[in-house]
Amino acid sequence: MSDEIESLIRREYEAGFVTNIESETLPPGLNEDVIRIISAKKNEPEWMLQWRLEAYRKWCDMEAPQWAHLQHPPVDFNAISYYSSPKSKDDAPKSLDEVDPEILETFEKLGIPLHERAKLAGVAVDAVFDSVSIGTTYKDELAKAGVIFCSISEAIKDYPDLIQKYLGSVVPQQDNFYAALNSAVFSDGSFVYIPKNTRCPMELSTYFRINELNTGQFERTLIVADEGSYVSYLEGCTAPMRDENQLHAAVVELVALGDAEIKYSTVQNWYPGDENGKGGIYNFVTKRGVCDGANSKISWTQVETGSAITWKYPSVILRGDNSIGEFYSVALTNGYQQADTGTKMIHLGKNTKSTIVSKGISAGRSQNAYRGLVRISPRAEGARNYTQCDSLLIGDQCGAHTFPYIENKNPDAILEHEATTSKVSDDQLFLCRQRGIDEEKAVSMIVNGFCKEVFKELPMEFAVEAGKLLEVSLEGAVG
Amino acid sequence: MSKTPLLEVKDLVAEVDGKTILNGISLTVNPGEVHAIMGPNGSGKSTLANVLAGRDDYEVVSGSVRFKGQDLFELEPEERAREGVFLAFQYPVEIPGVSNMQFLKASVDAVRKHRGQEELDAPSFMKLAREHCKELKLKPEFLKRGVNEGFSGGEKKRNEILQMALLEPSLALLDETDSGLDIDALQVAAEGVNALRNPERSFIVVTHYQRLLNYIVPDYVHVLAGGKIVKSGGRELALELEEKGYSWIQ
Ligand SMILES: Nc1ncnc2c1ncn2[C@@H]1O[C@H](COP(=O)(O)OP(=O)(O)OP(=O)(O)O)[C@@H](O)[C@H]1O
Ligand SMILES: [Mg+2]
Repeated sequence: MSDEIESLIRREYEAGFVTNIESETLPPGLNEDVIRIISAKKNEPEWMLQWRLEAYRKWCDMEAPQWAHLQHPPVDFNAISYYSSPKSKDDAPKSLDEVDPEILETFEKLGIPLHERAKLAGVAVDAVFDSVSIGTTYKDELAKAGVIFCSISEAIKDYPDLIQKYLGSVVPQQDNFYAALNSAVFSDGSFVYIPKNTRCPMELSTYFRINELNTGQFERTLIVADEGSYVSYLEGCTAPMRDENQLHAAVVELVALGDAEIKYSTVQNWYPGDENGKGGIYNFVTKRGVCDGANSKISWTQVETGSAITWKYPSVILRGDNSIGEFYSVALTNGYQQADTGTKMIHLGKNTKSTIVSKGISAGRSQNAYRGLVRISPRAEGARNYTQCDSLLIGDQCGAHTFPYIENKNPDAILEHEATTSKVSDDQLFLCRQRGIDEEKAVSMIVNGFCKEVFKELPMEFAVEAGKLLEVSLEGAVG
Repeated sequence: MSKTPLLEVKDLVAEVDGKTILNGISLTVNPGEVHAIMGPNGSGKSTLANVLAGRDDYEVVSGSVRFKGQDLFELEPEERAREGVFLAFQYPVEIPGVSNMQFLKASVDAVRKHRGQEELDAPSFMKLAREHCKELKLKPEFLKRGVNEGFSGGEKKRNEILQMALLEPSLALLDETDSGLDIDALQVAAEGVNALRNPERSFIVVTHYQRLLNYIVPDYVHVLAGGKIVKSGGRELALELEEKGYSWIQ
């Protein structure tokens, strides 16, 4: 590889600013009292508090997983504050008009205008700032269609039956260390319910913003698509540039009943740390969906360019016969970023199908691992899986790794697996430059080409965004 | 009155890993001229073309190259391209997933921007690209496929000519563009080149086969051997070479 490709890394992180607002932040540390305070601040019913405490007690007996291809100093869970909310005059803002203008401006700067006049056409947004949801757009329009889209805190109060039925039904409290922590301390997040035979009239989107220093973000998202319904949901995230590592441990649960379809897309751009690997978000996330009914479908599409560390495996449990699970992923790491990401496809029902397309791009001194599990249960007659895992290396100081696991208990199942590793070659770069295209544009074009199969799964509006994001994230990847 | 040369190569010496490959090349190309370069395998023909285009695997040890009066070595490869140096590669590489159309547009945009011309909007560009495809007898689907991705050898070469036609360079270096082309394709490609010939535009055509020169008639023929131009002449030199082989010269 030429020196040009080796020489590294000065990236511009555009979302790295801090908003100066007064906030109310709990002192660092975690114990049962902290959980009681969080629950009380949110005026939660007693059953919710008990659920949290139960999770906390389970978490106390658990240990952080060590199996991932990641290296970081142990996280000091007592140095983190578990709740921070913008201090507003009264309690929580009742409507978007009452939200602190500084916060509205923050979202506007991030390209997510929330107020009535400028809100994004055709996309309803729930905006989460540190630990609280600060507002949801298009509420009335959605209500007309019977769609519930609100913060999970509101849902706990307004739709306790749905929450009690589904919260923890896909990712149980003790599922893993970070999921248990989240279950104990989750602050806010989004709740979606799509009624029977309803096609959600617009894209739904949640935008997560960490602002406060030394604060963890533990959001919880629950999406329930009732029989015959359809919803497309997009999640975006950013954080300021800080020298300290910040923890983000979210849980997302998806439930698709018979004939329902959920399309969940993520464009993740948490602060990745500086060029020396200082700071950045630790992103330990549990995302799982269950195709509960026959003919249901869940599709995860993720474009991950941020975070110092990413640990996440959006998965699908294919319980219903003929159900379909999909995972399309682009994970780009640059600088000193580390990613260990992939998926699990658990085939339980007959004729279940899953598709996995993973594109890992490593630049700089980063490490990028794909880890995937395909499990076919004995009764999953006619199950099929197609897995394609491609790695692209930029420079020769980075690493790409694949860990595909297959557990097949049904001899009839058909499993296909393809994997490739390639490099952005000097020949390709020279071809582009010889045609007048400068080097950075050339690299981003080559990388975009590599990711094409995944980008085409994103909703139109966001495919363009994702392309631009890659371009920014690759800045400085070549000299 | 003598014209200012488009390209003036003087005593060019270039090496790779300490090994001398170009060993004192001098060559003057005036606007509108076609120069053919022939010579045995490994004699340095591609190296010369690559050094002119700015590939950085080669170290220029001494000598000079002036292009349109300016020092070519002052310019980055993309700047040379925008100034009008075009290299049709002997072995075009694939760029998977990047559509030919997207690639061509990015390229033409960059060159036009440099020339102070407006960017072409997508529909006009598509129209233009389709017309050129038609002339080169390439199916329009060709534009949707990834750059050189799964193209046959001959298709890759025709794709190079397509790029040249769109970029309208002032100096085109064609490195064995005829190798791998069937007889009909050879004729089509040659027509593509001839259509671009004009009093300002010059070509350096690297080939092993005098047959190509029946179609693209050169003003000069040079023989490169051991990193040096060992003989220059007119069109007839190529015929003579074909008959007698390279040993005749050495
Ligand atoms: N990057 C490189 N590294 C090492 N050696 C090289 C490199 N490029 C060229 N060479 C050597 O330089 C010599 C000239 O190569 P070049 O490709 O210019 O020959 P050519 O005249 O184009 O040959 P052909 O007719 O086979 O295309 C060869 O011996 C080749 O091996
Ligand atoms: Mg050659």
